[in-house]
Amino acid sequence: MKKLLYKMPESLSGKEFTYCPGCHHGIVHRLIAEVIDELGIREKTLVVAPIGCSVFAYQFFNMDGTIAAHGRAPAVATGMKRARPDLYVFTYQGDGDLAAIGTAEIMHAANRGEKVTTIFINNAIYGMTGGQMAPTTLLGMKTTTTPYGRDAQKDGYPMHMCEFLKEAKGVAYLARTKVTTPQDVEKTKKAIKKAFLAQVKGIGFGLVEVLSTCPTNWGMDPISAMKWLEENMIPEYPLGVFIDKVGDEK
Amino acid sequence: MEKVMVKGTEAIGEAAIRAGCRHFFGYPITPQSELPEYMSKRLPEVDGVFLQTESEVATVNMLYGAACTGTRVMTSTSSPGFSLMMEGVSYMACAQLPAVFVNVVRGGPGLGDIQPAQGDYWQATKGGGHGDYKLIVLAPATVQEAVDLTVLAFDLADKYRTPTLILADGLLGQMMEPVEFPEFRDLSTLPDHSSWAMTGAKGRKPHIITSFDIDPYILEKMNLELVKKYREIEKNEVRWEEFKTEDADIVITAFGTVARIAKSVVEMARKDGLKVGLFRPITVWPFPYEPLKKLAEKVDLFFDVEMNMGQMLEDVKLAIGGEKPVAFYSRMGGVVPTPNEIYEALKKEFGRRE
Amino acid sequence: MPKVKGYIEIDQERCKGCGLCIKACPTKVIDFSESFNSKGYHPAEAKYLDRCIACGFCYRMCPDVCITVYREE
Ligand SMILES: Cc1ncc(C[n+]2csc(CCOP(=O)(O)OP(=O)(O)O)c2C)c(N)n1
Ligand code: SF4
Ligand code: SF4
Ligand code: SF4
Ligand SMILES: [Mg+2]
Repeated sequence: MKKLLYKMPESLSGKEFTYCPGCHHGIVHRLIAEVIDELGIREKTLVVAPIGCSVFAYQFFNMDGTIAAHGRAPAVATGMKRARPDLYVFTYQGDGDLAAIGTAEIMHAANRGEKVTTIFINNAIYGMTGGQMAPTTLLGMKTTTTPYGRDAQKDGYPMHMCEFLKEAKGVAYLARTKVTTPQDVEKTKKAIKKAFLAQVKGIGFGLVEVLSTCPTNWGMDPISAMKWLEENMIPEYPLGVFIDKVGDEK
Repeated sequence: MEKVMVKGTEAIGEAAIRAGCRHFFGYPITPQSELPEYMSKRLPEVDGVFLQTESEVATVNMLYGAACTGTRVMTSTSSPGFSLMMEGVSYMACAQLPAVFVNVVRGGPGLGDIQPAQGDYWQATKGGGHGDYKLIVLAPATVQEAVDLTVLAFDLADKYRTPTLILADGLLGQMMEPVEFPEFRDLSTLPDHSSWAMTGAKGRKPHIITSFDIDPYILEKMNLELVKKYREIEKNEVRWEEFKTEDADIVITAFGTVARIAKSVVEMARKDGLKVGLFRPITVWPFPYEPLKKLAEKVDLFFDVEMNMGQMLEDVKLAIGGEKPVAFYSRMGGVVPTPNEIYEALKKEFGRRE
Repeated sequence: MPKVKGYIEIDQERCKGCGLCIKACPTKVIDFSESFNSKGYHPAEAKYLDRCIACGFCYRMCPDVCITVYREE
């Protein structure tokens, strides 16, 4: 007798991801889907995909979906949630999308305490457009638009979205995680679940920032990319739960 | 229904609510802030949602989101604000999302001023945002018409699954006139969008709404579908008004507020024995090319008057096709022409040609 | 002998050969296949299934949801 333990979650469509080998986008997609399955809300959940490598996210989730204009996913989600408060809405956004062009929308959705959930993939780079500097790019990090390395004097400093957002009163759950080990993956899943519970329980806005690799634009193999993340991104972006008004899961 | 005195902006708001709109997102900008203010007071009374947004960019994307769920939704802004919405409007046109926009046009370009103007005609009718798309653009000339066209704007948006635009100006917005409002629409009778809207994939395949396809051949198909729809709208939805054109030698062409002023000019001219009429597009897109072309057969001179550098003038000339002369008179920067100055300009033009 | 005996299936056509599962597996069940899949990758292969303890680490790390994990009972 074989007992099934882990398989493709129902909230994924089964369509093959378009991501590069080893890209963390895929792990996070699966975690979101597992959480939605566990909460039993697939049939009432709407996905708002961003502009970025995850522009196709609407195809990968087995639920109603759309693509927001670059950076505007929190506004689109706001429109949906205000029109249909009985449904659940989540946005999936990269660091260019959320922390550059879409800073106003994320700040205000969070501050209003919109009852939506945001999953934020911080890979310190613009993946889709070919590896340009992101607001989250590390100092000294070489990208196609910082060929000499990011220079604080010229390009400013890496942007800490969780640290900004933790001042927003409307936020019900806020955490930064990574997915470089199976244990981290489990922790990230718990965080994502809480960010959804913040919405399901009607408490407020929930966001999880997941530090992620972009092996392709970092110019590394997937395993080295994870090592690089551990050694370079963690010191700049400390992991942790910044806000938790959700409490223990029931 | 009895008539009540209301301001243009508030009349549009009330008409939207009567039409079944319960969701309004907006950012303050003169000269239209009375409309969001009205909605902020009125919508909670009918269990609706008013949200003051962080910007016009956020606004249009909130409309996008609400429209995705198949909900009647509206915003109102003025020129610089509408410019900021352009990306989202283009997305909505491509994603075939119904919604109603109001642009209470002010003097431009740039920051301009806060006086009435018509400088956004090109932006409204020729595109404004990127890519091949059209908006249905309705240009009211009276407060009553603003009410009627607001209701129509919602119905056309739903019928064709497209954003529609009320192109007004500050004069109409501030004007008090007696109007008759329609009855409240029973919300259960609003068009059914369940075949495409994002309402949760319960017992059916997911509904996907995008303005995107990576495959150019599929995107071209999407484009052609839009073109087909626009042709359909051009066939069915052209609206215009003719005033004393039956025997006219000279016809003034004008839209919105200017057309209203031009009506007085027609009366002044008629008193002096000049056979002047008025042709007023109500839908500036689709533009009434055919009726205007037909009129050209019996008219000697067209006199286009606008509060811009001659934007609708191009459509007027396109309709008339060089057969008849088209003179032009304009004021810009928020200056509203008086009936007298228009009449003087018209007489001069007429005299010059005789 | 481990108490729990596991069993995994890898969708090798879906696999992109990133190696994250290989790195994660505590009992070294998985290795790259010598053959190619139709995408041109050397997919992961469960070469030493008898060592599998059904911990699910490979499933958790796989970015392409290629792995199904069972427990033998
Ligand atoms: C208005 C607008 N500006 C720019 C772009 C081009 N663009 C597409 S994706 C992208 C950056 C995406 O980076 P990120 O959000 O970090 O996502 P990633 O690909 O890294 O997951 C940019 C600049 C666009 N599509 N729209
Ligand atoms: S470019 Fe980077 S972020 Fe995009 S799919 Fe590839 S690895 Fe992932
Ligand atoms: S379930 Fe655990 S032991 Fe079995 S192959 Fe996967 S990682 Fe290895
Ligand atoms: S983690 Fe998944 S995609 Fe990567 S090698 Fe293993 S099975 Fe293949
Ligand atoms: Mg990125």
